[in-house]
Amino acid sequence: MIEIDDVRKCYGPLEVLRGVTMTVEKGEVVSVIGGSGSGKSTLLMCVNGLEPIQGGRIAVDGIDVHARGTNVDRLRQRIGIVFQQWNAFPHLTVLENVMLAPRKVLRLPRREAEARAVAQLRHVGLGDKLNVYPSRLSGGQQQRMAIARALAMQPAYMLFDEVTSALDPLLVGEVLDTLRMLSSEGMTMIVVTHEIAFAREVSDRVAFFHAGQIHEIGPPEQVIGNPTRPETVAFLESVL
Amino acid sequence: MFTATLSWNDMLFLIEGAGTTLVITLLSLAGGTLLGLVFGLVRAGAPWWLNAPLGAVLDAFRSVPLLIQLILANAFKPIIGLPWSNFTVACVVLAVYGAAYCTEIVRAGVLAVPVTTRRAARSLGLTWRQDLTSIVFPMALRVALPSWIGLALGLMKDSALVLWLGIIELLRSAQIIITRTQEPLLILSIAGAIYFALSFPIARIGARLERSWNDRD
Amino acid sequence: MHYSFHWRAAFLALPDMLEGSLVTIEIAVLSIVIGVAFGILLALARLSQARIPKAVALTWIETARNTPALLQIYMCYFGLGSLGIYLDSFPALLAGIAFNNAGYLAETFRGGLNAVPPTQMRAARSLGMSAPQAFRMVVLPQLFRIVFYPITNQMIWAILMTALGLTVGLATDLSGVTQELNVRTFRTFEFFSIAAVLYYLIAKFVTLGARLLAWRLFRY
Repeated sequence: MIEIDDVRKCYGPLEVLRGVTMTVEKGEVVSVIGGSGSGKSTLLMCVNGLEPIQGGRIAVDGIDVHARGTNVDRLRQRIGIVFQQWNAFPHLTVLENVMLAPRKVLRLPRREAEARAVAQLRHVGLGDKLNVYPSRLSGGQQQRMAIARALAMQPAYMLFDEVTSALDPLLVGEVLDTLRMLSSEGMTMIVVTHEIAFAREVSDRVAFFHAGQIHEIGPPEQVIGNPTRPETVAFLESVL
Repeated sequence: MFTATLSWNDMLFLIEGAGTTLVITLLSLAGGTLLGLVFGLVRAGAPWWLNAPLGAVLDAFRSVPLLIQLILANAFKPIIGLPWSNFTVACVVLAVYGAAYCTEIVRAGVLAVPVTTRRAARSLGLTWRQDLTSIVFPMALRVALPSWIGLALGLMKDSALVLWLGIIELLRSAQIIITRTQEPLLILSIAGAIYFALSFPIARIGARLERSWNDRD
Repeated sequence: MHYSFHWRAAFLALPDMLEGSLVTIEIAVLSIVIGVAFGILLALARLSQARIPKAVALTWIETARNTPALLQIYMCYFGLGSLGIYLDSFPALLAGIAFNNAGYLAETFRGGLNAVPPTQMRAARSLGMSAPQAFRMVVLPQLFRIVFYPITNQMIWAILMTALGLTVGLATDLSGVTQELNVRTFRTFEFFSIAAVLYYLIAKFVTLGARLLAWRLFRY
C-alpha cells in the first residue's frame, strides 16, 4: 500500500504540492489527470524518493520514503517507474538494458537475469528485438523496453509518468495496450496521463489534480462522467 | 628565492619582449587570417579534385611540430638564397601555420550557413557577391569567431617558439634575465603572468560572446 | 642554387630516427595517461563545491590554457631549480606536457559530464542502483564516448609538443636524435625533412588507430 499524507513540496519559492493526500491499495489502478504544471509528475518523483518533500509523509508498505534511515535504493526495488522520456541506456542493447539492474542491484546470476529479461521483453512484445540497440527502435518500442526494464525488477508498484505524451500518435496505442495488460494482471499502478478515455476505461479510481492539490478523487464514472468541482468540469471540457 | 635582484630595467626588458611577442602574433594572425579566408572559402565550395589536395597540404602543416617547421624554414632560407631576416621567417611560418587552422575555421563557418538560406537570398535577386557579404559572412562569423579567438590566443602562445630562431620575444627575454639573476622560478612566473594577463581576458570575452550568441537563439 | 642535397646520409640515419620516434610516442602516451588521470580529478574538483579544491583546479586549468606550453616545460626544467628540484630533460618534458594535457582535458571532462543527460542517472537510480553503481555502469560509458575524440586530439598535440624537448636538451626523442645528427653533419634541411615526414606519419597513424578503436568500441 502507498500512503501519501498531506505532502507539501516547493521548488524554491514555487509551491508545487500543497497538501496532497491519497492512498493506493494493492492491486488498484489509480489514474492522475490534470493540467500541465499541476504537480502530477512531481508527485510521482516524490513517491520513489527522487525528489525531496518539505512537508507530510509518503510511506510505501509502511516505510517512510523520506526518513533519514530509509535505504532508498532498496525501496526503489519495490517501485518501478517509467518516465515520459524513456531514458534508454544508449550504450547497451535492449536485452542488456533490461538485464542491468537485476544483475547489479539484485545480484542475480547472469543466466537468471537474462531469463527474466527475455521473459519481460516478450511480455511487452519486444521478443524479437533483444540484441538491437535502442537507437534503432521507435519511440513506442523504446517506451515498452523501459516498461520491461522496470518490470524485470519485479516491483510491487508501477508508476507511469505521462508515458505516451512524447510519442507519435500512431505509437501511443501499443504502449496503452501494454498498460492495459498489466492492469488486468493485477499490478498496482499509479498512472499520470493525458489520455482521459484510457483512464476512464482502465482505472479503479481517478484523481484530478489542480494547482498542487487533489480536487476530486473517485471512480472514473464519477470523476470523469459526473464531476462535481468546477475546476474538474473546466479541465475535462478543455480536453474532451 | 624571491630576493629582489630584479631591477626596473629588467621589467622593461620583459615588457619589450612582450611587445615583440605581440607584434609577431598580430602579423602572423593577420597573414594567417587572410590566407585562411581565401583557402577556407575555396575549401567550402570547391570540387573534390581541388579540395582534397589542398586539404591534405594544410593538414600536413597541422601534423608537424611548429618548432620543426621553423627549423626547416630557417634551413631552407640559405638554400634558395632568400634575403629574409629571422624575424620575417618566423612570421611567415607562423602565418602559414595559422592559415592551416584558420582555413578549417572559415570552412566550418561557411558550411554552417544553410544552403537553403543562401538559395532564398539568390532567389530574391542578390548576386553571388552580395549573398556572400550580406548573408554568409554575418552568419559564418557567429560560428567562427569563438574558434578564431582561440586561434589568435594559440598563435600568441606558440610565438614563444620563435626564440629558437634567436628572436628576443617574451620567453627569451625571461631566459636572458635568468642567466644573470639565477632566479628561474620568479622570472618565469612573471613571464607567465604577463602571458596570462594578455590571454585570459580575451579568452573570457570570447567565451562570453559565444554564450550570449547561443542564448539569443 | 649552390646547395647540393645529401639525402643519402639522412636515409642512412633512418633507424636511429625511428628509435627516436618510439621515444616520442612513449612520452606522448605517458603524458596522456597522466593527463587523463589528473584531468578527471581536476574536472571533479572544478565542479565540486569545496573552495580549496575548486581554486586549485581553476588555477591549474587556467594556467595551462593561458600560458605557452614551452613556458610550462621551462618551468619544470628551469623553474623548479629555485626550489632545489633539478629534473632531467625527459622527466621535465614529460611533466610539462602532462601539466598541459591535464589542464585541457579537465575542460573536456567537465563538458562531457555536463553532456550526459541527468535523466540517465535518474533512470538508473529509479531501478534501485546506488549512485556509484549508476555512475559506473550508465554515465561513465557514455562519458567515455563523448571524450574519446577530444582525448585523441590531445594525444596528437602531445606528440607535437614532444619536439619542444629540443629546448631542454632532450637527445633521445625524434627531434633530439635529429638534432644530434644535425649538429654533427649540418645537413639541417635533409635530416629535419625526414623528421617532419616521420612526425606526420606518427600523427596519421594515431588518428587512424583511434578511428578504428572508436569503430570497434562505439557500435551504437
